[in-house]
Amino acid sequence: MSIAVTTQIICFSILSLVIIIGALGVVLLESIVYSAFLLGGVFMSIAGLYLLLNASFVAAAQVLVYVGAVNVLIIFAIMLVNKKEDLEPIQNINTRRISTITICLTLLSLLIRVDLSNVWKLASPNSSIGEESTTRIGEHLFSDYLLPFEVASVLLLMAMIGAIVLARRDVMNKDISTGLPVDQELIEKASEPLLMKKK
Amino acid sequence: MEYGLDIEYSFNELLKSLGFSSEIAHIIWLPLPMLLVLTSAVVGVLVTVWLERKISAAAQQRIGPEYAGALGVLQPIADGLKLLVKEDIIPAKADSILFTAGPILVLIPVILSWLVIPFGQNLLISNVGIGIFLWIALSSIQPIGLLMSGYASNNKYSLLGGLRAAAQSISYEIPLALSVLAIVLMTNSLSTIDIVNQQSSVGILSWNIWRQPVGFIIFWICALAECERLPFDLPEAEEELVAGYQTEYAGMKFALFYLGSYINLILSALLVSILYLGGWGFPIPVEVIAEFLNIPINAPIIQVFTATIGIVMTVLKAYLLVFIAILLRWTTPRVRIDQLLDLGWKFLLPISLANLLLTAGLKLALPQFFGG
Repeated sequence: MSIAVTTQIICFSILSLVIIIGALGVVLLESIVYSAFLLGGVFMSIAGLYLLLNASFVAAAQVLVYVGAVNVLIIFAIMLVNKKEDLEPIQNINTRRISTITICLTLLSLLIRVDLSNVWKLASPNSSIGEESTTRIGEHLFSDYLLPFEVASVLLLMAMIGAIVLARRDVMNKDISTGLPVDQELIEKASEPLLMKKK
Repeated sequence: MEYGLDIEYSFNELLKSLGFSSEIAHIIWLPLPMLLVLTSAVVGVLVTVWLERKISAAAQQRIGPEYAGALGVLQPIADGLKLLVKEDIIPAKADSILFTAGPILVLIPVILSWLVIPFGQNLLISNVGIGIFLWIALSSIQPIGLLMSGYASNNKYSLLGGLRAAAQSISYEIPLALSVLAIVLMTNSLSTIDIVNQQSSVGILSWNIWRQPVGFIIFWICALAECERLPFDLPEAEEELVAGYQTEYAGMKFALFYLGSYINLILSALLVSILYLGGWGFPIPVEVIAEFLNIPINAPIIQVFTATIGIVMTVLKAYLLVFIAILLRWTTPRVRIDQLLDLGWKFLLPISLANLLLTAGLKLALPQFFGG
């Protein structure tokens, strides 16, 4: 066995272990902050798996989008609204847990079934495109995957407009969450710069 | 092999002649360039710290460090040794795991980014195809470390500093990436080697700064903001936040932040010189000099000369930019947090988008100047 193959196997097993343990931690840990940080670790390890598969562009995009944007925003949001509050114990927690476990196990068995029944097309090491993959991804995005690509961008635009509408309460006369009329004077006061010359 | 001198090849041959297999020789070779780059990064930090102390002293009409070595050149080493032997304090109510992991997460992506910094045609650790994109991806990890250390300190100033740092680096990353994208559009490649080679045709006249003046300024502003240097050092604004996310840190953990921010500054300066100032290129192309002296381009003397001039030019350009950054730090006032975010989102972002669009248009209209 050559050194390259050994390194690959070692890396693969470490990354898979980190992904599985990290993902379990994300779900099972009590502290939401730890869960969020572990989620970042899981995303990073998945990027590592992409690197092992010679897909360096996908790996970098995974880090940029999932770790750099999604995970940072999740942590940001948690820290901005990190209120210490005592949550009420949920009733019949055990039945909920059992139903969750059954659903998850069913999904898992379905995935295993798909994995075993499907014949996976394995690219031989000689035919892997490696560094050229960036160009290939671009070609595909602007030819046969053009529609999904554009639809995804429209979706993002919609999300952005929604976020702006939610953030700029002054364009609406009713509060979105409570339905009460919004005090316009207060909002105008809040948006005034602090260090302005008095007229 | 098209080049005359190849250190890796000769090193492997030497080890093979000592009776090692080629794979073992490769494994022994692998850490050497990494160690070299790590060492040069740390030495670069020492030089920058000394420059910072001396230039700030000059800006404030003081003398600055004087007694540690000639002109105080050993002062940064004394600083480093002091931080090394200081007590490592973890506050009692802090979250010790996250508190320790935070500074490490800040430093590692910065050091990893040195992977793609070329000091010459073959003088870099790895010519990965995604090149400059790797740096953009890696620098987006940093805010997690800052948020982590801000949260784990269990201190309101630290938390606010961490949140500010994350907000700042998220907002300035977008114009930064867009101005890099304009360069990539002109080069048709993400690789840093290709980006420099594309600028090397006629020396100083073909540098990207003439074709991307707006992109250059946007990139420089955003790089300073990403490094949290003074016009934009909101996360550690002393008057408001004590020292931001670093408030509770002492000893080596603080040194990691310190090291990270200075390595990041040098890295940004190096990247500006690679993207806009022709990287290792001499203002007059080496080919022209070789032709003038009537020496073939593959002659060992020219190879050594090219490599030397490459390293010297890269470092010289980078330190010129570091000098400008230090001068800016000690002569400009700080912006307010709302001004900072306004500048990022309402000014730099639209301008960098327009710059990208203009570059794409010019590339179609004048392919011979803007990379067809």
